[in-house]
Amino acid sequence: MSKKNLKRLDLIFKNEYDGEHILMKTMEKPNQEIVNELIISGLKGRGGAGYPTGLKWKLASEAAGDIKYVICNADEGEPGTFKDREILTQVPHKVLIGMAVCAKVIGAHEGFIYLRGEYKFLMDSLLEVIDDFHVLMNKVGLDFRVKIFKGSGAYICGEESALFESMEGHRGEPRNKPPYPTQAGYRNMPTVINNVETLAHTYSIFKYGSEKFRDLGVQDSRGSKVFSVSGDTPIPGIYELEFGMSLQKFVEDFGDGDSKAVQVGGASGFCVPRKRFDKTMIGYQGKLTGVSLPTGGSMMIFNSSRSMYNVLHNYLEFFVEESCGQCTPCRVGTQQLLLGIEAVKKGQRPSDYLDKLLSLAENMRVTSKCGLGQSVANSFSSIVENFKEEMIY
Amino acid sequence: MNKVNLVIDHIEVSVAQGLNILEAAKQLKIRIPTLCYHEDLCVAGNCRVCVVEQVGSDRLLPACATPVAEGMEILTNSLKVRNARKSVIDLLVSEHRAECTRCYKNGECELQSLSSEYLIGEDTYIDLVPLKNYSIDYFSPSIIKDDSKCIRCQRCVRTCDYLQDIGALTVAHKGKDMKISSFFEKPMYEVVCTNCGQCVNRCPTGALIERNYIDEVWTAINDPKKHLVVQTAPAVRIALGEVLGMKPGNIVTGKMVAALRRLGFDSVLDTDFTADLTIIEEGNELLKRLKGALVDNNPDVNLPMTTSCSPGWIKYVEHMYPEYLPNVSTAKSPQQMFGALVKTYYAKKVKIDPENIVSVSIMPCTAKKYEANRPEMQASGYRDVDLVLTTREFARMIKQAGINFEALENEEFDSFMGTSSGAAVIFGASGGVMEAALRTAYEIVTGKEVPFDGLNITPVRGMEEVKEATIKIENTLPDWSFLEGVELKTCVTHSLANAKKVMDSVKKGEAQYHFIEVMACPGGCLGGGGQPIPTNLEIRRERSKAIYQEDAGKPIRKSHENPEVVKLYDEFLKEPLGNKSHELLHTSYVRRNRY
Repeated sequence: MSKKNLKRLDLIFKNEYDGEHILMKTMEKPNQEIVNELIISGLKGRGGAGYPTGLKWKLASEAAGDIKYVICNADEGEPGTFKDREILTQVPHKVLIGMAVCAKVIGAHEGFIYLRGEYKFLMDSLLEVIDDFHVLMNKVGLDFRVKIFKGSGAYICGEESALFESMEGHRGEPRNKPPYPTQAGYRNMPTVINNVETLAHTYSIFKYGSEKFRDLGVQDSRGSKVFSVSGDTPIPGIYELEFGMSLQKFVEDFGDGDSKAVQVGGASGFCVPRKRFDKTMIGYQGKLTGVSLPTGGSMMIFNSSRSMYNVLHNYLEFFVEESCGQCTPCRVGTQQLLLGIEAVKKGQRPSDYLDKLLSLAENMRVTSKCGLGQSVANSFSSIVENFKEEMIY
Repeated sequence: MNKVNLVIDHIEVSVAQGLNILEAAKQLKIRIPTLCYHEDLCVAGNCRVCVVEQVGSDRLLPACATPVAEGMEILTNSLKVRNARKSVIDLLVSEHRAECTRCYKNGECELQSLSSEYLIGEDTYIDLVPLKNYSIDYFSPSIIKDDSKCIRCQRCVRTCDYLQDIGALTVAHKGKDMKISSFFEKPMYEVVCTNCGQCVNRCPTGALIERNYIDEVWTAINDPKKHLVVQTAPAVRIALGEVLGMKPGNIVTGKMVAALRRLGFDSVLDTDFTADLTIIEEGNELLKRLKGALVDNNPDVNLPMTTSCSPGWIKYVEHMYPEYLPNVSTAKSPQQMFGALVKTYYAKKVKIDPENIVSVSIMPCTAKKYEANRPEMQASGYRDVDLVLTTREFARMIKQAGINFEALENEEFDSFMGTSSGAAVIFGASGGVMEAALRTAYEIVTGKEVPFDGLNITPVRGMEEVKEATIKIENTLPDWSFLEGVELKTCVTHSLANAKKVMDSVKKGEAQYHFIEVMACPGGCLGGGGQPIPTNLEIRRERSKAIYQEDAGKPIRKSHENPEVVKLYDEFLKEPLGNKSHELLHTSYVRRNRY
């Protein structure tokens, strides 16, 4: 039976309605102070990339421009993650308060929730919450309105610049960077785009103070994190845990006793084999934390009955479909990786063809235009290197 | 301007802020290979061939899409860069039907030369082509689109979108199925495509090519029963040399005529002759419209009048501004006037049954192939122009025939229908038709030459997007006194994106013009879709210089002074806009859908 090594927290999902109070408090504070609070808290983007949230707000607040936007990225599309859905179901008001504070800091009057197409069932309840929110905005005297923009099902539209393109009515294709969203985002205006969970965390930070948040977690990975646990586990579901735990402890808590590997961070994340569980931390890469793997929240556990070839094949099929097709390494590279492992498995190519594929994956990582193509190598290389026999035989 | 200091391949350089790494490297004469990049288009950063290494940075940067930054240290040829670049080229080859020896672009394909440069060998990725359901669209008389050769660089999409503002070509689907397609994936022939061929000019591979009629022309040449008449457009003679080893800006009229005789054409004539004729007809049409509007106050007279020489423009109006079709001059293009005359006037003169005449034209244009194919273009009772070749196809025939082009002695066009004025020559450049028309119309009305130094109406020349010129008409002849003091307002534009701007301002009533010249291609016909590849602003400028140089050197500079045109009216047409002209030299247009 599962142990309970890890501290289960209840910050995000706790029913609290202090929005008005938080806003009144922050309205009085200089923007610089609010940004500093966020920077001190150590909050980093919970979508997976881990960009410091305070810095993002700071850059957008300093960017020149009369029109700025706050966007909540709710296009939760990474295979194996479903925590944003839960946050938007249970505590959407916290997300909105986070957006309002951000709007105040950067000087935005318009915000959007980019809602994953498959989450359209949340529309009605969200719109009700937004109506209440607008009443609150009038009450506190903040000129800020939030609209919902519904995605249409493309994974790539979770990538921030593809998301902007999609909102502007174009094909969901990532842009060249720089410029970054804080300089030129939606409609080429300075834009803060934050993940649902990130915004919900800002609520806790503004309520309880940055120290309280900072006390949780480890160096470089502060606070709590909401995980979507799936796969071979007796207790799948959504858990808020203290950040920066070892994978060993995680597996002891959530595994079924026969865990062979954990895919950290979904299809675009890394696969960790059993022998590395104890050496792997869950959190952002930092100088002091050793081998640590970031995740947007997706934790998929595989037991010994699973074929890692099938797992990889499934991920690659996903990427082959969901690449926007714009840049060569991602469009063609994903197809070559998929066909390549099939050819090796069938004996149509020698097993050392895997080495060519590994170097292809590495080239995709360094040459692709956006995070999608760049991160295919994560799962590909970690699965192929750790489970080579399963790829060949 | 602010300067940025950076180091490229260990060489320090200081460049203007805002440049990208590709442009900065160019200043150091360092060539970074590219595929999706094109000087005429916005940056895409799609192909990833131009990636370079920034020292201290893990990921590589696309040189075309990365602005220079202070202190950057760039390596354009490190091991990491070469490996990545080779991998990218290798991937492109794996989704490309690499049947190079059978390909129309063999020897002129940018992917081919890159794979040769990077030694893409046998040990490669899996060939994806057999797994795909690629289609070839060969329904259009102008352009063939072969998806199996496409490398998705989107140069064509950007050309169609930004340069021409049409959007006939667009990206469809995603991931492995991503492709360049059209509205509802219909053939190019059925959509809003104007056949301008600018996409063909920029496609790095053989995915978009002109439909070639080289074999048909050879067959006709070798048929003893057939009498082959060829006409050459003004913009061909200033660009043809580029495909045959010469620099842009060479005027090769004499050699071109000699080459055509060597190829076996029975009569080598000049589209410039009918360019002069076009000016007479179109100029008189303009004056007639002005009279209708100013004297008769006829509400059915449509002004501004626009030119009708560019078949890309015609089809564009038919699709996008059908309400302005009555504003388009009814005068046929010089190519089609020529065709109609060859099988009537010329046939009678040389006493050959028009049935046995094959009329061929050499054009800088892919849309001319479509134009010749239009059902309206059979005024002679036959198809007026049988076969249309682009400058590129013509150059290919010269090569096939083993002709040493540069060594040819200059020869003269045949007569009749081979003489032209300088006004006809400048039809090849944006502003040329306007200038030619003004040289003639002004003189008809006032009896005097246009009040510009050396007849050079410079305000309408050059590569500016929209050019305007106003000419005040003074001291009119008695017949034209109604134009006394009138300020004739003209506008000249080129490329369809600019044409859209002009038409929208006309539509909104912001611009009050009498006469508008539109050429569908950048720079006019000299930048046409059938012209030598590559094309860019610099090359088009050289071609333009050559055109105006040719004009300046001509003994006759005004269309109405072309003695052959004068004789044509005496012997055959009788008068401008007369019955015969109406029957042979004017046409009508068709409303088309907007998709």
